[in-house]
Amino acid sequence: MEKDLGREITEIRECYRNGNTKPIAWRRSQLQALRSFLLDYEIQIFRALNLDLGKHYVEAFRDEVGILKKSVNLALKDLKRWSASTKAKLPAIALLSYAELVPEPLGLILVISSWNFPLGLSLEPLIGAIAAGNAVVLKPSEMSPACSSLLANTLPKYLDNQAIKVIEGGPAVGQQLLQQKWDKIFFTGSAKVGRMVMSEAAKNLTPVTLELGGKCPAVLDSLSWSWDKEVAVKRIVGAKYGSCAGQACISIDYVLVEKSFSSTVVELMKAMIRTMYGDNPKESHSVARIINKHHFLRLKNLLTDQKVKDCIVYGGSTDEDSLYIEPTILVDPPLESAIMAEEIFGPLLPIITLDKIEDSIEFINSRPKPLAIYAFTKDEVLRKRMVSETSSGSVVFNDAIIQFAADTLPFGGIGESGFGKYHGKFSFDTFTHYKAVARRSFFTDFWYRFPPWNNHKLELLEDTYGFDYFGLLLVILGLKRSRKTFHVN
Amino acid sequence: MGSEVEKKAVFDTESAKEVVKELRDSFVAGKTKTYEWRRTQLAAMLKMMDENEPQIVAALSDDLSKPELESSIYEIAMLKNSCKLALKEMKHWMMPEKAKTSMTTFPSSAEIVSDPLGVVLIISAWNYPFLLSLDPVVGAIAAGNAIVLKPSEISPATASLLAKLVKKYLDCSCIKVVEGAVPETTALLEQKWDKIMYTGNGRIARIVMAAAAKHLTPVVLELGGKCPVIVDSGINLQVATRRIIAGKWGCNNGQACISPDYIITTKDYAPELVDSFKCELERFYGKNPLESKDLSRIVNSNHFARLLKLLDEDTVSSKIVYGGERDETNLKIAPTILLDVPKDSLIMNEEIFGPLLPIITIDKVEGSFDLINSSGTKPLAAYLFTNNKKLKEKFVEKVSAGGLVVNDTTVHLAEPALPFGGVGDSGMGAYHGKFSFDTFSHKKAVLYRSFAGDAAVRYPPYTAGKLRLMRALLGGSIMGIIRALLGWSKP
Repeated sequence: MEKDLGREITEIRECYRNGNTKPIAWRRSQLQALRSFLLDYEIQIFRALNLDLGKHYVEAFRDEVGILKKSVNLALKDLKRWSASTKAKLPAIALLSYAELVPEPLGLILVISSWNFPLGLSLEPLIGAIAAGNAVVLKPSEMSPACSSLLANTLPKYLDNQAIKVIEGGPAVGQQLLQQKWDKIFFTGSAKVGRMVMSEAAKNLTPVTLELGGKCPAVLDSLSWSWDKEVAVKRIVGAKYGSCAGQACISIDYVLVEKSFSSTVVELMKAMIRTMYGDNPKESHSVARIINKHHFLRLKNLLTDQKVKDCIVYGGSTDEDSLYIEPTILVDPPLESAIMAEEIFGPLLPIITLDKIEDSIEFINSRPKPLAIYAFTKDEVLRKRMVSETSSGSVVFNDAIIQFAADTLPFGGIGESGFGKYHGKFSFDTFTHYKAVARRSFFTDFWYRFPPWNNHKLELLEDTYGFDYFGLLLVILGLKRSRKTFHVN
Repeated sequence: MGSEVEKKAVFDTESAKEVVKELRDSFVAGKTKTYEWRRTQLAAMLKMMDENEPQIVAALSDDLSKPELESSIYEIAMLKNSCKLALKEMKHWMMPEKAKTSMTTFPSSAEIVSDPLGVVLIISAWNYPFLLSLDPVVGAIAAGNAIVLKPSEISPATASLLAKLVKKYLDCSCIKVVEGAVPETTALLEQKWDKIMYTGNGRIARIVMAAAAKHLTPVVLELGGKCPVIVDSGINLQVATRRIIAGKWGCNNGQACISPDYIITTKDYAPELVDSFKCELERFYGKNPLESKDLSRIVNSNHFARLLKLLDEDTVSSKIVYGGERDETNLKIAPTILLDVPKDSLIMNEEIFGPLLPIITIDKVEGSFDLINSSGTKPLAAYLFTNNKKLKEKFVEKVSAGGLVVNDTTVHLAEPALPFGGVGDSGMGAYHGKFSFDTFSHKKAVLYRSFAGDAAVRYPPYTAGKLRLMRALLGGSIMGIIRALLGWSKP
């Protein structure tokens, strides 16, 4: 197995070295092929996502397939522009006659994706890597096996097998892959594994992008208009339970509200859950499943502590056989409990009450930096403070999760939530080396660049490097004498 | 006050923790975030240079026997320019960048805000100890961070001068210099930083990145490599030779990450090239280059011994066509040129970082690209001297390096509009100009949505109709949306 892997990587490296992935035509053909795959296999993709995660096909389209189609279309549209060199703006009299930035592929990319958005998180980086002209190995998560094998069995029918490979497997295969030499590693997953990926990458000085997670808070200000309250609660409930049942890195992990507003919020949320999922959400098939028994038990255990159980105001039921957990709301579980200490990654929503909403800033800042902060407020002052006084991958006002679909915004974390970014052109950039290319003519030469050194040359050089053209002229005309004297030699 | 004997305390993990805590407290208190603070620090740095130029030059002379002109221009003047540029542009750099929004998030507005990262660690190198320490600091300050600077112990005079000057001119509660060697650096690397920037060699870079991995700290690594120079025929040979000499021996006597490491030229052209070198080298450094005041010395006896090992290898020493003289007492090696050393020699397999210049000859100049790429590693820079347009194009297409220069060497370093950094073994990340500001910033996406205009399609209960509409919305076509709304498109 290991020898095969080594051989496959060598093959891809050869393919890259031969320059097969660089031509725009190749990149275009691969992106078009990917687009065809998304079109031709849509039903199978929906089926696989339903098998792995119990995702409803509309959710699957909204969160994965639709986004991918949008992304591949954008890449096709802008491919020429992105891969063109850009001139660098030089000052009027410069040492250089011409300078430009030339985008170059990095070479061989390893994309390791996650199980919660198994199509999206595999193919979105792939789109960027292909657009940038790289060869790619994709390792989808073994925890979403239907999607993993769909990709492994079908992508080779559409894409150039010599340059793009899908390698299935678990942690052992992941480890083996990490020991190869890559030009970049793009990892989506947990912070724990992220550390390991970066440590392995360090051995070869391989740059990495780590898309991790965190506890993304939603700050819900006391809104006065009932329309606003409805929309806010709808968006929070939709974001929490409607996107892979809360198993998303940008899911709302917990909500912060003022004590005086909390009961209103709870009532509105209960009503909203019923509207969206009916009285028996399990029957609606609109709430995704928990990925596997391990995570199911992990989530179930978050509720075993009596002190936490007592805080449940809605839901709480679980069904191990179908790996189903009901949309659950809790109010003020103890802050030291596991549910408030770890990333929940499931359909349990703690509501934490504060005396005043401004306290949310300190609450958030006393915890690791999340991938996103959501703030539902019309208060301009609070908004400004949210942006300038907190730190997170991104900030979204009056909505949640939707920043994922905005391809003019960089998507990535900071601190424990990771580093690096992608989506839109940022995907292209993340798999590109911007090579500086400078040209000089033989004509303009600064004779004073060369030894033997003297005061005169020193003055000239200072003025040149300082772009002090007038001073330069004066020195050349002999009207300005060097104020420097040698001290040392 | 009386006389105080300052006892240098041991800088261990505890000390490192305290330093980081103090800086983090300062950062959290918002000290480094204001425009005013950033401006005053940069202005103070300029003042520091204006008032201490002789001392800086003296320290560089102590550490490297660096000629005053090199110190004044390549270290001090370049740093001054960096400060001035940051002072001039910082307000503009700090402004959020508006981002266009599309149908998928309609209605909305968005921007990208540059946030400081927090507390950053800058580890610099010994060859340009002043510039490589403070140039990153300029970027980190402009971006609003708190900073620890760890200068190299191999250039101790500059390191202790930096410690003294930073303490005197800059805000010590937010910017600190920690001197020391391996133990102190290890203690620092154990702490949690928001970013680490390291300038140096690949071996230590791996250690830095591994330490950073434990805390998920992003890194910028400015490393080196064997920077090749391809010399074609049909050029202005005198100018080309001078420019190569300026980039090689004129840059700390070859001890620079972007110094030309070796030359590739054709068998036919080599004799002319060698003659030109002999002529120009003598013109620059005289008949006794060991006595020239215009050449830095080799930094220390370790590196001196390392270079002699490269030079004195059996198959190599016979290839010397110029120079080869050495003065062990003063740690000087004369500008040395070698012709056609074997490919497997030591000198062709590690970064020289010294005044030895091998010339490799091939039949046709077009073969140089394969030769460069055959090493399997990407250098920090690659240079080509030619008047042949096609050759220039092939060079840009085939050679991957941090940066390329045609018809000169090293000058791209001075252009702040160009990102300065490596790729592959020569490093990751880039800086200079606005790139410095960006490298020490977190680009935070901020999306503003209103409560009006809510698309029911996003929410359960899910229906085929919603799917139709969503398809159309994500597909971005107005006609598609209208058709979906009217129920005319397929589910």
